[in-house]
Amino acid sequence: MDTGTFRGIITFLLIIAFLGITWWAYSRRRKPDFDEAAQLPFAEDDAQPNRDSSASPRSSSEQDGNGDSRTNKGDRNA
Amino acid sequence: MSTALEHPTYNYKVVRQFAIMTVVWGIVGMLLGVILAAQLVWPQLNLDLPWTSFGRLRPLHTNAVIFAFGGSALMATSYYVVQRTCQTRLFSDKLAAFTFWGWQAVIVSAVITLPLGYTTTKEYAELEWPISILIAVVWVSYAIVFLMTVKQRKTSHIYVANWFFAAFILTVAVLHIVNNAALPVTAMYSVSVYSGTIDAMVQWWYGHNAVGFFLTAGFLGMMYYFVPKQAERPIYSYRLSIVHFWALIMIYMWAGPHHLHYTALPNWAQSLGMVMSIILLAPSWGGMINGMMTLSGAWHKLRTDPTLRFLVVALSFYGMSTFEGPMMAIKTVNALSHYTDWTIGHVHAGALGWVAMITIGSMYHLIPRLFGRTEMYSVGMIALHFWLATIGTVLYIASMWVNGILQGLMWRAINPDGTLMYTFIESVEASGPGYIVRLIGGLFWIIGMFIMAFNVFMTIKRSEASRQPIPQTV
Repeated sequence: MDTGTFRGIITFLLIIAFLGITWWAYSRRRKPDFDEAAQLPFAEDDAQPNRDSSASPRSSSEQDGNGDSRTNKGDRNA
Repeated sequence: MSTALEHPTYNYKVVRQFAIMTVVWGIVGMLLGVILAAQLVWPQLNLDLPWTSFGRLRPLHTNAVIFAFGGSALMATSYYVVQRTCQTRLFSDKLAAFTFWGWQAVIVSAVITLPLGYTTTKEYAELEWPISILIAVVWVSYAIVFLMTVKQRKTSHIYVANWFFAAFILTVAVLHIVNNAALPVTAMYSVSVYSGTIDAMVQWWYGHNAVGFFLTAGFLGMMYYFVPKQAERPIYSYRLSIVHFWALIMIYMWAGPHHLHYTALPNWAQSLGMVMSIILLAPSWGGMINGMMTLSGAWHKLRTDPTLRFLVVALSFYGMSTFEGPMMAIKTVNALSHYTDWTIGHVHAGALGWVAMITIGSMYHLIPRLFGRTEMYSVGMIALHFWLATIGTVLYIASMWVNGILQGLMWRAINPDGTLMYTFIESVEASGPGYIVRLIGGLFWIIGMFIMAFNVFMTIKRSEASRQPIPQTV
């Protein structure tokens, strides 16, 4: 096999791998897992010692538990 | 540092150290940039001394902003994000502390050796072999701390930001070790194991992937955590983030040859580099759109939140410079743009507009939380910093576009008899006004950084003043 054919095969395999990843990522079965993963940055509550309650109005929404004002917006990007 | 700041689970000490050094090295690196910009307007500012000449300070500027400012920011945010999204403490406090002190030692060595003239002459890899070895040791320790922390995670899923951070750490380790392979001759002089065209290709395979993984993948990791966090919404499409990740790391690797158009590099390699650079537009914009769309339904937050403004404008500049980059990689465009100030402008659209702005936005989110607060000392100062940085970047890149196209056109202008229409020095003289505008842009930036430093200082000071326990109503 000459170098050109070898490179062609590698390119072809990479395209297949990429299409496979895309198919996997967009399969319906994965959706619940990904929705859960997307929430990981918000899993931590920001409770910290001596936290500042004097700052902007935004911080008050963060303080009411999980800092999550997204749930009651009704316009989540599903 | 008071123990009251210690988080029950996480190691925030090393994050605090890196976050503060991000601000310090940001000021040092950008101040050097302003000095260099002034030298191009008034050359006598090099003081006629070898140590302060443009050729020695320029690599110090690039090392300081990329590795000292950018590196500290990446280490601060990756250590913070990996702990919070894996819900576990860093793998080893001692090794994490070693990465901090080791990395600062690398930077201090650069500050000493580069002005003294010790250099390998490889762009962005100028540091001589003893320092290169220290970088490799620190970087491998960083990889161990980060990856072992991911391994110990309490969550089932590895959040996408950690994928980007992990790819950045692993790839930079490989790039650094391969490109710096050299034979030491004396204590501060070495010769690359590669020669000629191969050396050039290895250098730009390294150089472009330093852009792709250090300055892109790492900062995308930052984006995937801090944009959702500051917008208080999850990322627009987690699926897109997965496709974005794999597409980006598969394609970036092959784009390096566009730095060597019309050189001794084989023509097919140049064309391959050009094609791969153009394809790179797709994953770059996929990531940008994913970040931008996270704000859909929350755009009103931009009116009141200058930190979010930093993050979103960073994404806009990212989109702009990842369009400009593939365009400049086209050989016919490159024939005009290469070796001109357009390249410098493009780099700064990425470095100031994307890297520095996403870093500053992340720091304004991160720093108050590291010191037990929710807001910076002054939100007004963040807004002021935002406008200084935005106007500074626009002045910088617009002046370099004008200068770059001017230089490119002057260099290729030919008289009817085939001789060059302009001498080189005529193109330098014509660039003068652009250099002044660039200096003004740089001054905007450095003023903004000093305001940030003051804001950070006051945030920490106020945090320490209120350190006595306050009864809290929950």
